[in-house]
Amino acid sequence: MYRYIVRRLLWAIVMFIAVTMITYVIFYVIPADPAVLAAGRSARPADVIRVRHYLGLDHSVPYQYGLFLKRLVIDRNLGRSFVNRRPVNSMIGEAAPVTASLVIGGAILWMILATPIGVLSALRPRSLLDRMAMVFVLIGISMPVVWIGLVLQYSIGFKWGVLPNAGYCDVINPPPGADCGGPVDWFQHMILPWTTFAILFTAIYVRMIRSNVMDTLGEDYVRTARAKGAPEPRVMTKHVLRNAMLPVVTMLGMDIAIALGGAVFTEYIFGLPGLGRLAVQSLFNFDLPTIMGVVVFSTMCIIIFNLFVDILYAFIDPRIRLE
Amino acid sequence: MTNLAMVDAARASSGEALLDVRDLRTYFHTDDGVVGAVDGVSFTVQPGKTLGIVGESGCGKSVTNLTIMGLYPKTALVSGQALFRGEDLLKATPKRLREVRGAEIAMIFQDPMTSLNPVHRIGDQLVEAVVLHKDVTHSQARGRALEAMNEVGIPQAARRLDDYPHQFSGGMRQRVMIAMALINNPSVLIADEPTTALDVTTQAQILALMANLQQEYGTAIVMITHDLGVVAEIADDIVVMYAGRVVEYGGVDELFERPQHPYTWGLLGSLPRLGTEVERLEQIPGQPPSLLLPPWGCRFNTRCPYAFGRCRQQDPRLMPSGGSNEHLQACFLDEDTKAAEAAKTLAAAVA
Repeated sequence: MYRYIVRRLLWAIVMFIAVTMITYVIFYVIPADPAVLAAGRSARPADVIRVRHYLGLDHSVPYQYGLFLKRLVIDRNLGRSFVNRRPVNSMIGEAAPVTASLVIGGAILWMILATPIGVLSALRPRSLLDRMAMVFVLIGISMPVVWIGLVLQYSIGFKWGVLPNAGYCDVINPPPGADCGGPVDWFQHMILPWTTFAILFTAIYVRMIRSNVMDTLGEDYVRTARAKGAPEPRVMTKHVLRNAMLPVVTMLGMDIAIALGGAVFTEYIFGLPGLGRLAVQSLFNFDLPTIMGVVVFSTMCIIIFNLFVDILYAFIDPRIRLE
Repeated sequence: MTNLAMVDAARASSGEALLDVRDLRTYFHTDDGVVGAVDGVSFTVQPGKTLGIVGESGCGKSVTNLTIMGLYPKTALVSGQALFRGEDLLKATPKRLREVRGAEIAMIFQDPMTSLNPVHRIGDQLVEAVVLHKDVTHSQARGRALEAMNEVGIPQAARRLDDYPHQFSGGMRQRVMIAMALINNPSVLIADEPTTALDVTTQAQILALMANLQQEYGTAIVMITHDLGVVAEIADDIVVMYAGRVVEYGGVDELFERPQHPYTWGLLGSLPRLGTEVERLEQIPGQPPSLLLPPWGCRFNTRCPYAFGRCRQQDPRLMPSGGSNEHLQACFLDEDTKAAEAAKTLAAAVA
């Protein structure tokens, strides 16, 4: 068990170095001189040279990467934005809770929807419910997220006015001057983004859970449980679901990482000031430190999340634990 | 006399049956049509005795027993009777069937590697089998699980209760399956190819273990296998199945001394023997027929070297062999030919 965790931890560190290195290299092959960008629009050549020296851009790339890594690991500092000179740390600090609300809430929503639908379809294949679920899966997978978001926003948010159509409210401490705040406002503002975000993944997970449960129902140990005289509900909960959900846990770990990328669209449509929107804005402005900051932060989140899922997996699957 | 009456006569001569299967049929609807996986199978199981059911893959021997246990898919069409102590299991409620399963009739399966749930501890899986049927505390059930593990010869049983299936070898897992099946002292144990997935030395150990436990507890065993060598060792009676039907049925000595059906000869001829100088084993030519559209007449006629006109027109019924109700067979060949050919087969097999 310990060896497994240590191995996973070492892997996480390797992953982190690989991803930051690749991002750093990309940062430098972009055909735009960071020093020119950082120096501002009315800078003279001498200013650019000074800025280049100040940012350490006159050193070799490996040296600069070392410097970046040192600043990141030891000072936990991602630098300042080229555009508004604010520390990238605090910009990410503001954006991360928004994205976390969206992704975690969305993941909870899609699991709550997909698990019962997937299990019931597997138990009654070809039934009306199963067929309806499969039609939903097809539609859910085919509809672009952006389109779903716009339709929901227009119909429910704008036309019928049932829910707020855009914006974000802080759940605990609204900043002074904010026009909304608190858990109720937060929840109401998140319903449409969560729905938009969860439809695609609900569709994928319904299909995955359905096929996993069907496969598991055909396993020999399920027949053994029935031959023991176990009633069906017990067979389902103790023998089928536990095994059928094992691969789902792994997929969930990976999909939340993918979802973090998908959050960009949803955040943009619903005007949520999250990491996705921050990344897109800083890309438009060539705000390289902010882009780097978002990439590094998201990478760390994904790595930590996957580490967590790996360890969780070891707890629920004894075959991994004791390898 | 009809098929059924024949079996009734055989039954009358052999006393009270524990499990009495009459004209069992299990049909499956498939996209291509109806498949008669089991098509009129009858046999009896006597208390404390072993019945061997022999046949090729796909002849319906497993489906027969899954049907008796009510473990067939809901889409299957089932008819006939499966009387357990006089009670028809095919008509029993799901609740009653669950009471019987695991408590009075238990099963073990072919592949011990996949028959145990990989995410639960062995001890918990054994305990589950106890608490489903007996009103006992968890620690009492655990005590019973430990006893059962010891009975089937698992070393360091107390420690191994907390292990997971993947920490056991194939032979040990099959011992666990046997422990689980016998934990409630059932009166019938259905063993569906219990040794097929095991290596030969382990096979012998598992067969010996089953024979010992049978002696000790008087459990009747239904041994499903494709291996005549296995049934020769432990069975009292043998049912030979082909394409969903019984082609020969009799006591083990009788059947091995006077086999009456060409299919049985084929099975006997394909048994490997030590010390013979045969260069290659005899095999039954061809493939088992499709059960979607079984051959007209005798179902074995397409592969039978002795088949003649009548075999392709008429369906042979199970008939007493040589007037003995203890030995039934379904073949049109005349007695003399059979005696001669059986003697030849045996001579070749024993030589």
